[in-house]
Amino acid sequence: MGAFPLTRLLDRSSAVFMILLAAFAVVIPTLNLLAPASSGLHVSTYLVALFGKYICYAMLALSIDLIWGYAGILSLGHGAFFALGGYAMGMYLMRQIGTRGVYANPILPDFMVFLNWQELPVYWYGFNHFAYAALMIFLAPGLLAFVFGWFAFRSRVTGVYLSIITQAMTYALMLGFFRNNFGFGGNNGLTDFKDILGFNVQAETTRNALLVVSCVALAICFLICRAVVTSKFGKVLVAIRDAETRTRFLGYRVEAYKLFVFTLSACMAGVAGALYVPQVGIINPSEFAPGNSIEAVIWVAVGGRGTLTGAVLGAFVVNYAKTFFTTGWLAPYWLFVLGGLFIAVTLLLPRGIVGTYEWWRARRAERQVVPIAAQAPHAAE
Amino acid sequence: MHGYRDRALALVVAIGLLFFGAAANAGPYEDALAGLTTDSFSDTANAINALTATGDPRTGPVLDALKNQRLLFSAGTKRVFIKDKSDALTDAATGQPVAPPPADAGNVRLNNRLRGMLDAALGSLTLVAKEPGRRFDAAQAVFKSRDAGALTNINKALEKETDARVRKALTEARAAIILTSAEASPDDRIAAIAVIRDRGDQDALGLIDGLPADLPQAVRQAAVSASTKIQGNLAFWSALQNAWYGLSLGSVLLLAAIGLAITFGVMGVINMAHGEMVMLGAYTTFVVQEYIRSYNPALFDYSLVIAVPLAFAVAGAVGVAIERGIIRFLYGRPLETLLATWGLSLILQQLVRTVFGPTNKEVGNPSWMSGAFELGGLTITYNRLWIICFALAVFVALLAMLRLTRLGLEMRAVTQNRSMAAAMGIRTARIDALTFGLGSGIAGIAGVALSQIDNVSPNLGQGYIIDSFMVVVFGGVGNLWGTLVGAFTLGIANKFLEPYAGAVLGKIAILVLIILFIQKRPRGMFALKGRAVEA
Repeated sequence: MGAFPLTRLLDRSSAVFMILLAAFAVVIPTLNLLAPASSGLHVSTYLVALFGKYICYAMLALSIDLIWGYAGILSLGHGAFFALGGYAMGMYLMRQIGTRGVYANPILPDFMVFLNWQELPVYWYGFNHFAYAALMIFLAPGLLAFVFGWFAFRSRVTGVYLSIITQAMTYALMLGFFRNNFGFGGNNGLTDFKDILGFNVQAETTRNALLVVSCVALAICFLICRAVVTSKFGKVLVAIRDAETRTRFLGYRVEAYKLFVFTLSACMAGVAGALYVPQVGIINPSEFAPGNSIEAVIWVAVGGRGTLTGAVLGAFVVNYAKTFFTTGWLAPYWLFVLGGLFIAVTLLLPRGIVGTYEWWRARRAERQVVPIAAQAPHAAE
Repeated sequence: MHGYRDRALALVVAIGLLFFGAAANAGPYEDALAGLTTDSFSDTANAINALTATGDPRTGPVLDALKNQRLLFSAGTKRVFIKDKSDALTDAATGQPVAPPPADAGNVRLNNRLRGMLDAALGSLTLVAKEPGRRFDAAQAVFKSRDAGALTNINKALEKETDARVRKALTEARAAIILTSAEASPDDRIAAIAVIRDRGDQDALGLIDGLPADLPQAVRQAAVSASTKIQGNLAFWSALQNAWYGLSLGSVLLLAAIGLAITFGVMGVINMAHGEMVMLGAYTTFVVQEYIRSYNPALFDYSLVIAVPLAFAVAGAVGVAIERGIIRFLYGRPLETLLATWGLSLILQQLVRTVFGPTNKEVGNPSWMSGAFELGGLTITYNRLWIICFALAVFVALLAMLRLTRLGLEMRAVTQNRSMAAAMGIRTARIDALTFGLGSGIAGIAGVALSQIDNVSPNLGQGYIIDSFMVVVFGGVGNLWGTLVGAFTLGIANKFLEPYAGAVLGKIAILVLIILFIQKRPRGMFALKGRAVEA
């Protein structure tokens, strides 16, 4: 196995996923930019932005699947890391507005001028450089996750307790970011972005580029996750998920494993949020709402926890359904559907879509193997 | 034609009556009234003073009407009329109704100087009013206005005053006037400062701190020492008031969390739809009140008493249905339970939104729950007081139920050792459903209480769910006493942090503190010990 790292990294379904993702990243922008608007193949810019959003959600789902599906950590506050990454990007984009804002202040963003602030708060320094902002996109969620996880895992807060305090964490952050004097735009958040790295965020080409970048980022995140879960490290994670105490008694430092994977996952969520913000054009404190984080968990549950590809699929399916429901006359029924989804998936489809498919395939394969197994009944044990 | 003649006849009769009345009652009061009929501001001013001086009981209504622009005069007949709420006129001197208004009747006009005079005059008039409450209010008004002109009236009123509370207020009002008047001697002022100091509230502090700096040394010193004393006093009462608010918040948290202490604490089921049980209870109250309003308004004061058992039944029944329909398939899978019940909470919210609409519903306070009373420097509202009592009553009832009834015994048996309990012949599945129903039903009761202080909307429950979990986790899972202590600790801590950090930062600080606290004691303040811990 060790001799073929690539095949270990990319099993059949992962390979299929990578190919599909690559095709997606090529086809959508092509159809948007090259196909004439009149042709049936044309993909509207609205859809490009929408798909870009889905890809970011998929990345968030992936980061949740990494900790929930493989390490058994159910975080109900991953939206907080997503939003923090988003705010880091938003701060960069705000500084790029420069004198084009309503108040034309070269240094201060509009909302600070409006609140009568005289100078830039220290934590806004450096966000005019993209490199610094990019660093912060990893650092802000990563650091929070590290500190939070260090406290939580060290004192062995597990299971639902951890879920509840992660929820309280994102709730507290939401309350904080709603305040004007926090210096992040309060209620309205950050918006009215002009350009990113010199390109207009509204332009069609920029939107397509962002979609492609998001796809690439998703692919990288996926590969990192695969690398983690297929390694020996990943095996220990699964052991922790299934029997934490036993793993600890075997001599593994459970806290360290959990802390690493939790921080890694938070960084991924941060990147997802950072790519999300320029595509939707706004970041505000409602992204911290506990409901959002729980909704992200259900994407993973629908797709199948512990499958990685399932998380991505789930994010697409549920969000497509959400778009479908909330844009028409069906809007009042969306919460019934979402709520029903929570119940139905946990009761009827606990493995999720991909998980159920894989289970079904494994069972079929098992049946075919039966005659051979019958010849050597105890060989595998 | 006919109507016109009738009206003319009535006018003649009325004028005749007026003349008769005027002839019979001419006196200082009537003379003063005549001053209001000349339509000149200076005459009106004199008339107001003269009227106040007469001490006639009819003065009050006249000045009141004048202030509210409901005083009419007729220059031709030299009469003054009061227009009541239904716009009917009565003669100010005779008190007789005046059916058709005189043709030249017009309002007695006011300017700002007159309005000021009127307020002072009305104030000193009410100083001798019959009801002690009104006298007290008048004295308070003088204390605030410190109108030097009221001094003689205050002194007069003090001589006659028998009610101790009003007497104190009058003394304070007099002290306020003396303290701020330029002519008073230093000794009088020091005495006045002592009186004000004993009053000891925010107004007294403002008065003393507002004194000019160029006072004699002795007065200055007395003022400074009084100011420190009052500040100390105020700090004490504000601490008490905070503690009271904290108790009040704690009782709300206790109500919201106590059902959760059963479902989560005792059964170990994490029910994210718990807040929605609270909401159902609140909506039950709303429906009960609507029924009472349309069918039997007399019962309104009893609406909450009726709503409590109904809310328990509604939320309890929904709880049993949830347990039978969803949760029993998920025992031993807490994370899945969490997700499924979250989905359920979304459905319940949307259901209520569809049925009742998304807006806040109006739930009224019964008369015995509205109003407030003062206790020293504390303001205590009745609804908060009742909710504290109610929360404690629910707590005691629940505790008694768990300890004294057969169902309680069986519940404890099942949670401690399920298989042993089953072996003893307890139907564990039935107990599970009943326990969950009990927890949900208590949440419904909490909803009745919360409908009195919070907005009844589909989101009502969401605001409490995180706080409730915090209380249960902080207090220690599986322990009702822990929930009690946890709720009041968090409530009081929250209210004491608020003045320093503001409401939002206070809340954040509490959440951070709880997260840190869990580090120290991962299983809460009152942790269960022994084998149950790892179960």
